[in-house]
Amino acid sequence: MLVSEVNNLTNDISVLVEKYGNGRQALIPVLQEIQNRYGHISDVAQQEIARLLDIHPVEVYGVTTFYHFFNAKQRAKYNIRLCKTISCDLANKDGIARTLERELGIKFGEITNDERFSLEYVSCLGMCDQGPAMLVNNEVYAKLTPHKVVEILDELKVR
Amino acid sequence: MPILNKAIVFDKENFGDGLKKALQMTPDDILLTVKNSILKGRGGAGFPAGVKWLAAASTPSDKKYVVCNADEGEPGTFKDRVLLTEFTEQVYNGMIICGYSIGAQYGFVYLRGEYSYMREQMEKTLESMRNSNRLGKNILGSGFDFDIEIRLGSGAYVCGEESALIESLEGLRGEPRNRPPYPVDRGYLGYPTVVNNVETLATVPIIINKGVEWFTSIGTEKSKGTKVISVSGDVEFPGVYEIPYGITISEVLDMVGAKDVKAVQVGGASGVCIPEEDLTRNISFEDVPTGGSIIVFNHSRDMLKILKNFMEFFTEESCGQCTPCRIGNKKLLDGINLIEEGKCSVQYLRELISLGETMQIASKCGLGQSSPNSFITIMTHFGDEILAKY
Repeated sequence: MLVSEVNNLTNDISVLVEKYGNGRQALIPVLQEIQNRYGHISDVAQQEIARLLDIHPVEVYGVTTFYHFFNAKQRAKYNIRLCKTISCDLANKDGIARTLERELGIKFGEITNDERFSLEYVSCLGMCDQGPAMLVNNEVYAKLTPHKVVEILDELKVR
Repeated sequence: MPILNKAIVFDKENFGDGLKKALQMTPDDILLTVKNSILKGRGGAGFPAGVKWLAAASTPSDKKYVVCNADEGEPGTFKDRVLLTEFTEQVYNGMIICGYSIGAQYGFVYLRGEYSYMREQMEKTLESMRNSNRLGKNILGSGFDFDIEIRLGSGAYVCGEESALIESLEGLRGEPRNRPPYPVDRGYLGYPTVVNNVETLATVPIIINKGVEWFTSIGTEKSKGTKVISVSGDVEFPGVYEIPYGITISEVLDMVGAKDVKAVQVGGASGVCIPEEDLTRNISFEDVPTGGSIIVFNHSRDMLKILKNFMEFFTEESCGQCTPCRIGNKKLLDGINLIEEGKCSVQYLRELISLGETMQIASKCGLGQSSPNSFITIMTHFGDEILAKY
């Protein structure tokens, strides 16, 4: 990382610590905002958060790795998370998974070369009445069909 | 999308102004009302709300907290999503009433991360309540102060367990605590805390408005009122329905347009699998309880595949803190893989069922105690079919 990037990151974290307070309870809201803004929580970010919240970096690492929605590694601009739990599974999530892999040319757990798309599975999204469902970052898409998935991807590609 | 059938308790005509009415009562009267209504927790565990509130009220402390558990993560459950969208203010009113009766001034809504897109609308409702003096300082001139903050989860099923949820609110890994002490004695930051499900809280202002007698006239002897359920799977009309306790599963199936039913999973992945011949059993705390999830399977479904999906879910969502749950779920999943490969003897299958029974007793929290339910019930009812096929 460039020094200027680290400075920006530290600056962002300080603003968040100011907003949420420097108690331990601020940790998860701070991590959520950093995750949303940068798409991941890097080692440097974890260390800076630990320093500014005055807790041990291991504590931050422990929390970051516990929750499914925090990643320590960079994700794509659009992180696609397909629900794999039972109702979406019954509604043929496998067909949607195949479509996503085919259209993007990557497997689940991978990221496209241009870093625009990554594919992951996720546990129940609570859209069981409208499955199959997926999240693109924090936005939810339901009642998916292979054609609808292609339309969504096309729209994201030009966004 | 609202409740699909004719609502019973959650009919807007019943709402009135439960909050205003409650704030004119004494805290003790509210505690008594909630206790007498025999309102049981709607998240799945079914602990009486009145008992919980009384315990928190009787613990002396200068600070107390109310937490609305909106971390609905049980596979097949989405009724809180609908309640939080359609009846947001009722949920908040329930939290304020709880705060008033136990002496708390602050509440959290712990909203699951998967629902973060709902947050903006929920914040707007809080703002408009503050603007109309239904939240904040001196609510409706009663002299009672209460405010609510929305906190997001970050994708961890186990945080639906109340003590894990509190750990998460405190900025820790969502690992359940030893109990006792219960959260009503020592909860968020060590202060007495009531954690209630969205539906439980939303029901309270309606009970206050319509009275205990009206509420207890609905349901069965030990399960008063109604249950909001989420129906999915092989049905014509999936969605959210409100049913009186005591209704049979087959009546529910008629309502949702389910045909050719092979089995029904009641209570989600951690619930039980009810085969065709037992569909006359009823939904209640006495018979088959549910936190809201009803998943229907037709005859084309392979029960082992369904079970595998459940066990993959649990191996991923176990927090890993206690051994029966961390290793047990993995062993059950390995067993399913062995069955698929045609390598699981009946003798070993019996051992796995016995392992499941051990997990039910030895696990630290509700996750590990209930995760073997589907393994045991599916193997009991469909063991022959599965062993004949693989």
